[in-house]
Amino acid sequence: MIEVSDLYKSFDQNHVLKGVNLKVHDGKSMVIIGASGQGKSVILKCLLGLSKPNSGKILLNGIDPNGAQKSIIRSKVGMLFQGGALFDSLPIWQNVAFRYLHGKQKINADEAKKIAIEKLERVGLKKSFADNFPSELSGGMQKRVALARAIATQPEIIFFDEPTTGLDPIMAQVINDLIRELVVELGVTAVTITHDIQSVRSIADEVSLLHNGIIQWSGILDQLDKSNNEYLKQFIAGSTFGPIETLR
Amino acid sequence: MIGFIAQTGRLFIRLCSFIGELIVFCFRVFANILTPPFFMRAFFSSLLQIGWLSLPVVGITSFFTGAALALQIYAGGARFNAEEVVPSIVAIGMVRELGPVLGGLMVAARVASSIAAEIGTMKVTEQIDALSTLSTDPIKYLVVPRLVAAFLTVPVLVGIGDSIGILGGYVVGVTRLEFNNSIYIINSVNYLEFWDILSGLIKGAVFGCIIALMGCFFGMRCEKGARGVGQATKSAVVSASVLILAANYFLTEIFFSS
Repeated sequence: MIEVSDLYKSFDQNHVLKGVNLKVHDGKSMVIIGASGQGKSVILKCLLGLSKPNSGKILLNGIDPNGAQKSIIRSKVGMLFQGGALFDSLPIWQNVAFRYLHGKQKINADEAKKIAIEKLERVGLKKSFADNFPSELSGGMQKRVALARAIATQPEIIFFDEPTTGLDPIMAQVINDLIRELVVELGVTAVTITHDIQSVRSIADEVSLLHNGIIQWSGILDQLDKSNNEYLKQFIAGSTFGPIETLR
Repeated sequence: MIGFIAQTGRLFIRLCSFIGELIVFCFRVFANILTPPFFMRAFFSSLLQIGWLSLPVVGITSFFTGAALALQIYAGGARFNAEEVVPSIVAIGMVRELGPVLGGLMVAARVASSIAAEIGTMKVTEQIDALSTLSTDPIKYLVVPRLVAAFLTVPVLVGIGDSIGILGGYVVGVTRLEFNNSIYIINSVNYLEFWDILSGLIKGAVFGCIIALMGCFFGMRCEKGARGVGQATKSAVVSASVLILAANYFLTEIFFSS
């Protein structure tokens, strides 16, 4: 379970998060939506322990990701970065099997490669790509490799940062479907941040809208189109008129 | 007037914060050198990048420096009939001063820039965050192998550069200045002491640490975008070069002031 309570985060005078509260139950997929620059990525960085909040509490399966036990929780977390964040200097299979090649989960390189190939095939990539470098793949393929890396060590929690950014609508839907399949198949708790409504409809069990540093609306996917929340209605409609200010 | 004082104060605070950040960074790096895991593949790759691939630039620079030094000393020595000191001054000058300093500056230009650009690009493309989420300390994976490799390879480069510089002086001495070749070699060797060579190699090791630390430090604090990477690269080269020259003075003071 993921629990976030009263989360505050500022950068100098810029108060980005002003008391965020979230709860994601085990095996559920939460999608956080919101306009650009509202702090969605900052929440994710705090959840991953990459950025320390000013105040508030975060617990991932009962462990504080910024606390002394952060290495324990990191070994149970998978992450898909917006741009993939694949290591340019390593071949694809070493990117996928990175955890199996270094650190506490280290195993024999041949076995690691075998697991990497299995994961690549699971996300729809052929074995022949294993020895290529990330720069030799298209954007969609890189996203699949990043997805394979995120699921490589059977994580309990997975975070997805804008999984469909930069992809054409068809490839975006392929990635959305793949994410949904993996979340159900692995039974993981997932948090996705996006501003793509199509992704929300494909991936989410629950949805939260972040605006102005707080969660303005939260509910299950079925309530998304029925809600009278003005922020949510404007966001879904993509309207320039409403409580979410726009620059024109 | 108040504006000027406020501006100066802000600059001073920024400088203190920068120095503090650098000290904390160095402390974290040195604390991680002796504790596992050790990333041997990254270490050997750094040995190749920093040592082997820097050899041509260090060799060529040293050769021409030794050759020019021989001409200068010959011309200067001729004013008081001391042309015969050319071999010994070239040898001492190269191993004590010019070999380490020029070698260090050339490696700084080649290596500090490449380390800062590589790590900076990794920072802006979230690869460093990815390392952390994969339970790998970026300091251990990216910085320690480069630091150890630079610490070990720059003295070797300096040693090779010294020899090539002396060879440059020899070639000019024998072909242009009409020195007898065996007398040139004997004079080069006879006046050279072991400490002259060792002090140059110690300087090389210190310069190696400076180069790797500056490259990694500015790469790790790189800001977003192409401009951020460019800025990190420039800062790494400039600070490594300035620190090499400053460290050279202090080391010379320590080694030879008595």
